[in-house]
Amino acid sequence: MDFNDTPEEAAFRQKARNWLAENAIPESELEGDNLIHRHRPWLKRLYEGGWSCISWPKRYGGQGASPIQEVIWNQEQSHYPHLKTHRFSVGQKMVAPTLMEFLEDRPETLERLLPPIASGDETWVQLFSEPAGGSDLAALRTRAERDGDAWLVNGQKIWSSHAVEAKWGFIVTRTDPTVPKHKGLTCLYLDMENPGIEIRPIKQANGESEFNEVFFADVRIPDNQRVGQVGQGWEVAVTMLSHERLAMGGENFGVDYEALRKLAGEVCIDGRPAIENAQVRAKLADFYCVEAGLRATTNRAISALSKGKNPGSETSINNMVIGASTQEIAAFALDLMEQAGIVLDESTQESSFFQQAFLSIPSMRIAGGTDEIQANIVAESVLGLPREPRVDKNVPFNELPGGK
Amino acid sequence: MNFDFSEEQVLLQEQARKFLADACPADLVRSALHDDAPYNEELWKGIVEMGWTAATIPEEYGGLGLSYLELVVIAEELGRAVAPVPFSSSVYLATEALLLAGSEEQKNLWLPKLADGSAIGTFALAEGRGRYSPDGIYTGFSNGKISGEKSVVSDALAASFCITVARDSNSNEVGLYLVTLNQDQAISQQALNTLDMSRSHSSIHFDGADAQPLPAGSTDSACLIDQLLDRAAVLFAWEQIGSADATLEMARDYSLERYAFGRQIGSYQALKHKMAHMYAKNTLARSNCYYAAWALNTNAPELPVAAATARVSATQALFFSSKENIQIHGGVGFTWEYDCHLHYRRARLLAVNIGSEFTWQDKLVSATQQAA
Ligand SMILES: Cc1cc2nc3c(=O)[nH]c(=O)nc-3n(C[C@H](O)[C@H](O)[C@H](O)COP(=O)(O)OP(=O)(O)OC[C@H]3O[C@@H](n4cnc5c(N)ncnc54)[C@H](O)[C@@H]3O)c2cc1C
Repeated sequence: MDFNDTPEEAAFRQKARNWLAENAIPESELEGDNLIHRHRPWLKRLYEGGWSCISWPKRYGGQGASPIQEVIWNQEQSHYPHLKTHRFSVGQKMVAPTLMEFLEDRPETLERLLPPIASGDETWVQLFSEPAGGSDLAALRTRAERDGDAWLVNGQKIWSSHAVEAKWGFIVTRTDPTVPKHKGLTCLYLDMENPGIEIRPIKQANGESEFNEVFFADVRIPDNQRVGQVGQGWEVAVTMLSHERLAMGGENFGVDYEALRKLAGEVCIDGRPAIENAQVRAKLADFYCVEAGLRATTNRAISALSKGKNPGSETSINNMVIGASTQEIAAFALDLMEQAGIVLDESTQESSFFQQAFLSIPSMRIAGGTDEIQANIVAESVLGLPREPRVDKNVPFNELPGGK
Repeated sequence: MNFDFSEEQVLLQEQARKFLADACPADLVRSALHDDAPYNEELWKGIVEMGWTAATIPEEYGGLGLSYLELVVIAEELGRAVAPVPFSSSVYLATEALLLAGSEEQKNLWLPKLADGSAIGTFALAEGRGRYSPDGIYTGFSNGKISGEKSVVSDALAASFCITVARDSNSNEVGLYLVTLNQDQAISQQALNTLDMSRSHSSIHFDGADAQPLPAGSTDSACLIDQLLDRAAVLFAWEQIGSADATLEMARDYSLERYAFGRQIGSYQALKHKMAHMYAKNTLARSNCYYAAWALNTNAPELPVAAATARVSATQALFFSSKENIQIHGGVGFTWEYDCHLHYRRARLLAVNIGSEFTWQDKLVSATQQAA
């Protein structure tokens, strides 16, 4: 066990650090009304400097970097929180690894699709969830029917994040309703400018509109945009979901120990800085333990990976823990401000980021698999506990109640 | 960077687990709850023969000179087995105190004996109830003699000497003193009834007992005590996660065997989620313990933060796992016969032994403030 860098790692870290110091774009120079627009110039700069998606093969726009180098890069990059490019993670962390796995034998396709993901020129939307299929994704109904060398897609997706900005979509469809629900699915990717697609933004509980409804009316998708075999869609989708769950260090809306510690040094209890209060300290310590524990858990997994071992099941706890813990921190931060805790001053980003985060955080416990689904996954695949009873497992989809 | 144990360390762990499965079955722990012996001598002999008491003692003092990464592996297994032996007192505290602050003469005299098991040491800190602070130390040292009252001391009934926290009446400084416990005229011990009788506890009354200061070198003595506690905290935390994982495994295994309403109880989501949360807490604590083990082993400046983080999360994980393990067992979980209560008792002992969760939460925040 050694948390220090080897000489090569130290040299790599120095290189990363120097590059960031020279190239990082100051927050004041970021422009645009959403994070995709704001961060695009930064991604471009990363890509041109050879620092985007560094673990990918060179021919697809990466650097062939090792997992440990990626950890080091992420650590160095985290010193610039305003440049966190999580808005591009659907393409970079979910779609790309899935394509690399299932289109391995089509390098020319990958050469077309992957570099613009790395450079931020093309973003993707994950078209999985439907009104009738969220946690129970395999209950989805959007149909794809064969039409010559293409598929005709009809149906509706929902909660599709950043569909408006996306160039490409990655969709799971039902191609065979006569077999049990997990067996009749097929994955495709599609150009979001295809005729027949209608995107309707949904106003979210936090007042923003990042996710959307997406409607499909006879949308033609060539068969050569199929990912995996016909009927293999469940496996492909699950692969992408597991990358989604691994997309380590996702968004936390800036709510972390350091932010809370800073706040607790500024606000007062009985005329003294709140951080001197024993109860406040106990809460702070608990948050620190979760944050440090998740960080160390991720590092253990990456360490295993870099030795060619299976990363193990430890990281499956990330998603189960992080949302609830971040929500607690945000609520506690608002409490520390007492009456001022409800004031939402939108004039600056900093002034009410705890308030804004508080409104956004409920999504952390739902998106990418709810806390409850994550707990099921840990219980079943890590602890080996019995699976949930499944009444619909062996029944053809079109014979299920509501399955038409 | 490498966040993993070596193959040799993993092998050591397997060997330790096997040894303890044979030499320290749960029935042995259970019977230790009501026999009068301060510790299980036969098990202790086995542990000494395995070389565990000698692990981190340098070879020049008769030890094996292994690293702390080996010691944490052993600690984890001792926690898993709820071993009724004075290992934490003797190894994490007395041995460590000597290594940190002992004079050459003290080290030459005691370390070989600690290594070969001919001596057991312990550590005496608490005076009365409540959190330790140097201001609360009334045990006094002057002219080579020590007098005062230590309210709860682990394993002193088994030990040949005790590293005692006392105040020098000349300098008024609080420091560490080595006191041999065979001074019948000047020391009296009173055995205490405790929550976990598998480990012995007593109160000690010093009445002009011979004592030697640990010279400590250049370190300020209050700092020295904090350092000692930080180092011990890492090792205690590893015992705690050993026990926490054992309780999760017990819970899982039982939930697969036991049926209710025609189903395995482990198929009910209330229990599945409970165990998923046990797993999450244990894993976070374990990962924090990894980091702390590294910090301990390399004497990294991060040690105070890392140790407190490991300690707080391991204490919380073990309390949660040990109580919910009883819950998952239902009625049998509340019987003397089942092993759940062994961990539940030990969890409390380990939680307060070198400062409670609340105390270490406070230390953790202080350490992050200092690091910032
Ligand atoms: C901000 C945000 C962004 C999103 N972005 C995308 C996106 O880009 N693309 C996309 O495809 N989807 C996206 N989603 C959708 C997300 O994946 C689903 O919302 C999520 O999987 C839950 O599905 P649902 O909304 O249908 O809720 P439901 O599945 O109806 O769940 C309702 C409640 O029932 C519980 N529940 C359901 N099944 C079980 C069970 N077996 N055991 C225990 N409890 C259960 C859930 O935990 C939840 O509490 C996004 C969601 C959010 C909030």
